[in-house]
Amino acid sequence: MRRTVLALAALALAVSPGAAAARDCPRTTLGDIEDEVMCPVCGTPLGLASEAPQAQDERAYIQQLIHRCKSKDEVKQALVAEYGENVLALPGDQGDDDLGDVLVYVIPALGIALAAAGIAFAVVRWRRPEAKGRALAGADGARLDDDMERYDL
Amino acid sequence: MRRVLSPVPIAVICVLLALIALLAYGLAQNEPDRGVDEALARGEREPAPALELPRLGGGGSASLADYRGRVVVLNFWASWCEPCKDESPLLERWHRRMRDRGGTVLGVDMLDVTDSAQQFIAEYGLTYPMLKDRDGEGLERFGVVQYPETFVIDRQGRIAAVQRGPVDEEFMQSSVAPLLERS
Repeated sequence: MRRTVLALAALALAVSPGAAAARDCPRTTLGDIEDEVMCPVCGTPLGLASEAPQAQDERAYIQQLIHRCKSKDEVKQALVAEYGENVLALPGDQGDDDLGDVLVYVIPALGIALAAAGIAFAVVRWRRPEAKGRALAGADGARLDDDMERYDL
Repeated sequence: MRRVLSPVPIAVICVLLALIALLAYGLAQNEPDRGVDEALARGEREPAPALELPRLGGGGSASLADYRGRVVVLNFWASWCEPCKDESPLLERWHRRMRDRGGTVLGVDMLDVTDSAQQFIAEYGLTYPMLKDRDGEGLERFGVVQYPETFVIDRQGRIAAVQRGPVDEEFMQSSVAPLLERS
């Protein structure tokens, strides 16, 4: 009997309008959004601004929007309406700085490539003098042996 | 024997110098503009920067120029700013005191959620006009770096005093009251 009541209660919850709305809600999470938006006062992504009052206020606002079933894009649009385009943290999101969006990817890649090239060059240079040194030592050694033979009394 | 420096160390030094220059540039860019404070220290009043912002909660926009001829206590605040809560009742008292004597407090809600700002206004019963600085344009123009900050603007549109941090009765008496007397 108790199982039947529980099953009926579960069924009633599942077909209720609230549950239907919850099922239709996009799976938006605070963690998913806070890496992609800025805390405008802190000047850092929201995810890095833990204790700042403005960051806490912004998080509370995002949570409110999530509870209202807003998708990630809708949350971002609402944040832009409140804080302006600078709230968007991802390159390309702001839409008006194409060169900046390209550079933000190109510069780190260039930096990594240069660093790798530098390390490779340094390794080659580091190994070469040692080999050269051994070769010289060998030549010196042979000359010394010749001299020793010549002056062998 | 003359030793020629290889291109690699030269390149490394150049890259390091470029990074240091970039860092210095970044730091210089983040340095707040303190021209107003310096002018006030010299006893001079600089013209207030032009400022046009939407009214908080809609209803068009307003500019600082609209208030020319009045003494304006321009207060940058936000609902998440704790010291703003302390100074709001004082600003409201002064606004009521000033409005019939050719003065007004003008609030600029900065980087804030509109609903939170309106709750704040209702909670503290603020009646002075409010603008919304959505993306910090006003903050940049006035060199605001801490919250709250207040600029006292005389009837000629020049900055007569500035308070970095919450205002108190003493500041209002010494910086605002004399301007109201000269109408």
